Amino acid sequence: MFNTIMVPVDLAHIETLEPALAVTADMAKHHNARICYVGITAITPGSVARTPEEYEQKLDAFAQKRKEVHGQPVSVKVYASPDPVADLDDLLIKAIKEVQADLVVMATHPPRHLDTLIPSHGGKVATHTQASVFLVRPTDAQD
Amino acid sequence: MANTPDDKTPSEATPSEGIPAPEGAANLIDTDYVIGQDNITANKFGLDVDLHGKVFTFSSIVILLFVILTLALQDQMEPIFNSMFSFLTTNLGWFFLLGANVFALLALVLIFTPLGKVRIGGADATPDFGYLGWFSMLFAAGMGIGLMFYGVAEPLGHYGTAMGGISVGENGVRTDWAPLGAAAGDQAAAIDLSMAATIFHWGIHPWGAYAIVGLSLAIFSFNKGLPLTMRSIFYPVLGERIWGWPGHVIDILAVFATLFGLTTSLGLGATQAAGGLEYLFGIPANDTTLVLLILGITLVALGSIMLGVDKGVQRLSQLNMMLAALLLGFVIIMGPTLMIATDVADNLVGYVTHLPALSMPFGREDANFSQGWTAFYWAWWIAWSPFVGMFIARISRGRTVREFLISVLLIPTLASVVWMTAFGTTAIDQVVNSGITEVQDAALELQLFTMLENLPLSAITSFIGIVLVIVFFVTSSDSGSLVIDSITAGGKVDAPKPQRIFWALIEGALAIALLLGGGLAALQTAALTTGLPFTLVLLVGCYAIVKGLMSEPRSGKPEPRKTKTV
Repeated sequence: MFNTIMVPVDLAHIETLEPALAVTADMAKHHNARICYVGITAITPGSVARTPEEYEQKLDAFAQKRKEVHGQPVSVKVYASPDPVADLDDLLIKAIKEVQADLVVMATHPPRHLDTLIPSHGGKVATHTQASVFLVRPTDAQD
Repeated sequence: MANTPDDKTPSEATPSEGIPAPEGAANLIDTDYVIGQDNITANKFGLDVDLHGKVFTFSSIVILLFVILTLALQDQMEPIFNSMFSFLTTNLGWFFLLGANVFALLALVLIFTPLGKVRIGGADATPDFGYLGWFSMLFAAGMGIGLMFYGVAEPLGHYGTAMGGISVGENGVRTDWAPLGAAAGDQAAAIDLSMAATIFHWGIHPWGAYAIVGLSLAIFSFNKGLPLTMRSIFYPVLGERIWGWPGHVIDILAVFATLFGLTTSLGLGATQAAGGLEYLFGIPANDTTLVLLILGITLVALGSIMLGVDKGVQRLSQLNMMLAALLLGFVIIMGPTLMIATDVADNLVGYVTHLPALSMPFGREDANFSQGWTAFYWAWWIAWSPFVGMFIARISRGRTVREFLISVLLIPTLASVVWMTAFGTTAIDQVVNSGITEVQDAALELQLFTMLENLPLSAITSFIGIVLVIVFFVTSSDSGSLVIDSITAGGKVDAPKPQRIFWALIEGALAIALLLGGGLAALQTAALTTGLPFTLVLLVGCYAIVKGLMSEPRSGKPEPRKTKTV
């Protein structure tokens, strides 16, 4: 059913991604889909990498490590932005088109009142794309 | 988002087999420091924070103390600031003039050296913004509001003093405010001198200061891999010590200058906009109007912040650029068109001719002018430079040094020449040839509107003028919040959004508190005094630029890769 699964990855907060990564691996194996890990980074030096190119290398290394876990084909795509916080949603929506993803698996936080003012990225992306979007909550929120 | 750097088609998406070489050569500084390692991250009430513990805490405390002191002890504080500042301009005026000359000269020289070929962000970096958007943002951040305020007032002011000639007090010291040797009674010479002096204050020197800060930050951040904060340009001098207290102090000072510069401008700008509204619509310019204006400006700025640089500041700057061009075109067509056209060339020549004398730091006889006007302006531009420079740096990745300097130094200077000539010549023409003296007699913030009133359609043009003033403040408040947030987050530009909102609200709240409490003037003086330490910072920046650029690969055009994998 799904050919390309896109997973937005924030290398600075990799621990929060675990549930989403696990779901992705299962889905990819089930549908024999390829996985594209998408990173959005600042053009300025940051905590993970000092240039967008370095970020891409690190994301690529990350993707290779994931491939050892699930065995499905992987690729990466990095977008560098002068204002990544503000441009995140737009860039993800653009990425869905460019990597031709038919499923997006995203980590998200539990719903909160603040979402009215600052909507969650997952929710925003889901309302702006034709692709299916799977929002994965943190495991401790599901208790 | 048509212009993100990694604009590749799906088939070009990096294959995961084999790690690609870094795009384009750049020369990263080898440091063990991890950006954000001193940051405090937390999640309180569903809000994430990511802040540099020391810089954020200390600058917040200093700001709070300062405002409380200024409000509570206004009568005691104001004279202290005033005497501090007049001491600076009187005794150290030469230092500001000399510094500004160094900045302008270096920026100018770099255009013509091979170092101009270095590309910001590495040899293969591509620009993040189109020319128009980029230039609009440069201009809006750098001057914007000042051109509205002084476009009429300054040429007229200098013209008046130049015509008045030299007057000497009992102690043999000149008491007039005329530039250089004045031009007593000589109308043509007085116009020439006054326009040259005005353009001097809005030309290569202020933009040179911005260019130095912007370029040094851009090189040390994008090419050397250091965080986008002021401390990074000190790396060639202080080395790893910039991560400790020397660096903290530099950053705190930058926050201080930016926040107070912005706050006072927000307050004074609101005063001007309110003045304009009263003049145009009869809305009383009282405290309520001022508070509502600041609230309105802050609210629009918040919206713009939420949209980000690309959709927020960039679009507003472009809108303002269009409105400003419209107003400029209108004044040129409706004013003395032929006179303005010939004056642009004349004033440019006049500017260049008078430049050596006007920028001379030593042996000046026109102390009132060189200290009261020039040194004051220089301190003001330099105090603004961390804010403008940091913002310019952030949007300039992918440009070559030469492109950067031409766009930050030469084009804005030319724009200033045209703007000042159009508004100045029209106003002087009204006074000299039409005998309309009311422009000269009007309050400083109303001179623009009075000049427009003597042209057709003044209701519309004055309204456009007010809109311009307000939108310039929105973009300042927005880009200022971005800058302060990134300094207090240890150079991170991807800190959580609510932090920017916090700073925008602080700016608005401070401006209101100081406007009502009456400490704005004192604070402005305090912000100006940061011009002194920043002149030193900029001199270090000059050294850092040369040192940094020397170790960069030079390439005007991206060279084709030598190895190409099929």
